[in-house]
Amino acid sequence: MRALITSVYLFLYAPIALVVLFSFNAGRNASEFTGFSTEWYGKALANPFLVTALQNSLIIAVVSATLAAVFGTMAALGLERLGSRARAVFDGLLAAAIVVPGVVIGIATLVALVAVFGAINPAIAAIWPGEKPPQLGLGYGSIIAAHGLFTMALVTMIVKARIATLGRDIVEASADLYATPLTTFRQIVLPQILPSVLAGFLLAFTFSFDDFIVAFFVAGSKTTLPIYVFASIRRGVTPEVNAIATMVLVASLMLILIARLLMREKTRKSPAGE
Amino acid sequence: MPLTMTTKRRLVTTALLAPASVWLFVFLVLPFIAMMVFSVGERGPAGGYQTAFTFAQYANLPARSAAYWNTLMLAPVGAFVCLIVAYPTAYYLAVKANPRYRLLLVSLVVVPFWTSLLVRTYAWMYILGSRGIPNLLDMIGIEDVRLLNTPGAVLLGIVYGYLPLMIMPIYVSLEKLDRRLLEASADLGAKPVSTFFSVTLPLSLPGVMTGVALVTILLLGEYLIPQLLGGGKVFFIGNALVDLFLQSRNWPFGSAIAVTLVAIVVVVLMVAMRIAWRISGTRQVDLV
Repeated sequence: MRALITSVYLFLYAPIALVVLFSFNAGRNASEFTGFSTEWYGKALANPFLVTALQNSLIIAVVSATLAAVFGTMAALGLERLGSRARAVFDGLLAAAIVVPGVVIGIATLVALVAVFGAINPAIAAIWPGEKPPQLGLGYGSIIAAHGLFTMALVTMIVKARIATLGRDIVEASADLYATPLTTFRQIVLPQILPSVLAGFLLAFTFSFDDFIVAFFVAGSKTTLPIYVFASIRRGVTPEVNAIATMVLVASLMLILIARLLMREKTRKSPAGE
Repeated sequence: MPLTMTTKRRLVTTALLAPASVWLFVFLVLPFIAMMVFSVGERGPAGGYQTAFTFAQYANLPARSAAYWNTLMLAPVGAFVCLIVAYPTAYYLAVKANPRYRLLLVSLVVVPFWTSLLVRTYAWMYILGSRGIPNLLDMIGIEDVRLLNTPGAVLLGIVYGYLPLMIMPIYVSLEKLDRRLLEASADLGAKPVSTFFSVTLPLSLPGVMTGVALVTILLLGEYLIPQLLGGGKVFFIGNALVDLFLQSRNWPFGSAIAVTLVAIVVVVLMVAMRIAWRISGTRQVDLV
């Protein structure tokens, strides 16, 4: 049993470790470690295409995760107050947003946006007084919209699960003590759901930052980091790609660890767990 | 006129749900309708889409039967192999592991799932590629071994990518298991093996079902693993879709395939839920 478990962990981590190791390789040879060097990190960070892709990814991840955290939390709070039928419809749509494969989300968004732009752009051109009418197109907006769909559903699920464990009694006690609903929310509910909202935000950020397939369809001429990495991989395995891969790994690793700590905090504090 | 309590309550509820509803409608429901409309259209002369009402795209589906075949074979097989590795691991974590290290060990399983699948799959490209294992084998005299771009490589990538997602729900169901049942079984003279088969395993089936369903459904839409480790030789429905939308630009046909993919996912989901309900009540799984 022990041996099996050890090999499972080896299986999970050895490939990643190998990529990290070879990102520090001095030589270009991908199968022989010839000495320690951080040269490839310097090369990678000096590459303007990579830096632009990284900036794009960060902007998209921050905006989509923020929208997802705010709207998702609002939805989780609102769902509590719905009748069972409306709730079932909403839950069904959220589940669909999570279960429908990313490749389909990408395609559906692409198809719909191209159809909408095809109708709107000539209309804008017709009424535009100036020389060059603005053209709506794919880019930041479409990626954020498509990422936000999945991540908002994810945040809603996480916060909803947290709300379900909240003690009703303290909310009622707060009302009995003449707190307004807003005060009760600010002083009782919000502090208790905040860790799960933050965890949801971080997971949403990680998802958006790591997503390749959805962005691949709706990015238009924009390049995100995963799209850039994908393109470099297809050009060939180089130490520079290893360095980029390592940086991507470290970034998402840190985010997920913080998210997990936040989620643990919540279970430790929750009276329902006792 | 002052607002009554119920009107006010309704207003707040509407305000809370409005952004999410709009988002779900504009970026999920509408796009899906658009995709269905495209799927009964025709390909324009320069690619893209031309308005029509025809089922020609659906009639043409067999042209991509290889993609369907690969997906419908490798997704369940991949999920099954994941299960075989995941069950003993989850069992160890939930039952045998030292409680002091349990959380750490569980975290170590979950964390890879949330790191970039692209990078993790790339790692295997690296290992299986000509400068990886084949190169090592070459050194000891075994020549011309090709590992990359085979169904085996894709299967390996699948197990690597989705193992954490299989372990988690099984772990959760095993951890919830009431230890007193195991003691009772032992007290009644059952051997550990028969306790496992008559108590532990049946009680963990909901977790097994959840894991198999989750992994199978995600695999049905997989693109990266077959693309990077199958190298165009072992392609999934997802690869056919990327080809049709971004390369050969046959959007109506691609839409028809996407619609069938969603239909397959829905069928798998419904079957899984049926079985899950039969085994027990519905269950929540921590994805994190």
